[in-house]
Amino acid sequence: MNGQQNSKDNSHSVSVEARHLSKSFSGVPVLKDLNFEVRRGEIFVIMGPSGSGKSVLLKHIIGLETPDKGEILIDGESIQTEGVMDKYRMAMVFQSGALLNSLSVGENVGLYLTEHQLKPPEEIRRIVAEKLELVGLKGLEERSPGELSGGMKKRAAIARALVIEPQLILYDEPTSELDPLMAVTIGEEILNLKNRTHVTSIVVSHDRDLAFGIADRIAIINEGKILFIGTVDEVKNHSDPLIKKFIHADLTQNKT
Amino acid sequence: MFQNIGEMVLLFCRTLGALRTAFRHRQKIYDQLFEIGNASLLMACILSLFIGGVLALQAGSVLVERGLGNVIGGMVGVSMAKELGPVMMSILIAGRVGSAMAAEIGSMRAYQEIDALRTMNINPIHYLVLPRVIAIACALPLLVIFSVMVGWFGGALVSTYNQMINIGFQAYFNNLRQVVDIGDVLNGLIKSFAFALVIGVVSCHQGLHTIGGPRGIGRSVTKAVVNSIVLILILDYFLTRLLMSFDL
Repeated sequence: MNGQQNSKDNSHSVSVEARHLSKSFSGVPVLKDLNFEVRRGEIFVIMGPSGSGKSVLLKHIIGLETPDKGEILIDGESIQTEGVMDKYRMAMVFQSGALLNSLSVGENVGLYLTEHQLKPPEEIRRIVAEKLELVGLKGLEERSPGELSGGMKKRAAIARALVIEPQLILYDEPTSELDPLMAVTIGEEILNLKNRTHVTSIVVSHDRDLAFGIADRIAIINEGKILFIGTVDEVKNHSDPLIKKFIHADLTQNKT
Repeated sequence: MFQNIGEMVLLFCRTLGALRTAFRHRQKIYDQLFEIGNASLLMACILSLFIGGVLALQAGSVLVERGLGNVIGGMVGVSMAKELGPVMMSILIAGRVGSAMAAEIGSMRAYQEIDALRTMNINPIHYLVLPRVIAIACALPLLVIFSVMVGWFGGALVSTYNQMINIGFQAYFNNLRQVVDIGDVLNGLIKSFAFALVIGVVSCHQGLHTIGGPRGIGRSVTKAVVNSIVLILILDYFLTRLLMSFDL
């Protein structure tokens, strides 16, 4: 998916476009004719209720799923075209972190460089230490993923994505299962990364605070369809009852 | 079923296609070799000792009654080398190693580790399947040689110390040397190599196609072991028939 890299300018980010994207599983439609564009270097947050197709959409963008209809374009090129996925450096931070349990944290973070033999071992060790320090996990190279907390796993997964020096980074529920402080830290990491490298970021999240804090634009998705795409203010002030209900859902209101 | 067989053949072909990257994955192959050998040696020893022993006991008591006690060595020797060594060891390894392979790859699939590999442009067949298939294809024939020798020794112990048989070490091994030739051992090795490929491919295939969480992993493990054993027993007949035509 992320090509024979390093020949490209690191600051070069990519645009992403979905055209008439549809997908069904066992006859049940999950994505229904989705159309949207993510601009270069922006943080695009996809929000929506559970089961609305957000994670499936993310898997389509990185090529883990193939659409029944439609296509995903990266910088105007369809990812179904031979060799296109290899042209761009893309990374995904999974909801669970998806660190390989059989490897140490350091081995996980350096896995991409090791497996593609892109750097000598000493250089890989240096890069791994640098990326782990960047996400606040300095000195944890030898730990096993099982010894890390949920937040640390997510940050290690972000460090693993950073090693790729991605042009496009996808985050699947980056703050789920995290306490508010850790959620803020992860949000800051996503913002810092964008400011530092101008990487295009697509974030799938339920977390309104995170979305309002980091998004350049937000897409609201429900039952496989995009209801609205707009800036944070546009989403907050939207009059559609379904969007209002989702954005302003509050347990304390129900109590009174 | 036919879809499964087709997928397994495809996986096998892709694994063969990945052989050129084997040197790059040598460390993972060593790790798997150690895992398979270390996990199975003691079990192989106990299993083979008793298989050889029970063969000598069952056949010996009948043969001695008919005055044919001196052929026990050859009978145990050929049975262990050509049939029981390869088949029993393969069944043991399918249960011990194949299940572990399916469980490990299955849990990686269930917890998105394989997806993570794919997003890093790391081919799961190169990274996970190839080292396991190479390791088991090297380890199983070696374990079979070990198993055959321990089985012969088990037969010798029973033939010597069982009061009903009591033919002695010397007579047992003299007959074994006369009857068993290198072709018999080669026959067992060829079979065990083929069985190893079956176990490796079936188990990795089941792991890679795991659906769901812990229950899905459990299902994959069961299927990996059962399918491996069924395929081993079917393949055993056809391989035996084929090798017979080559005088092996």
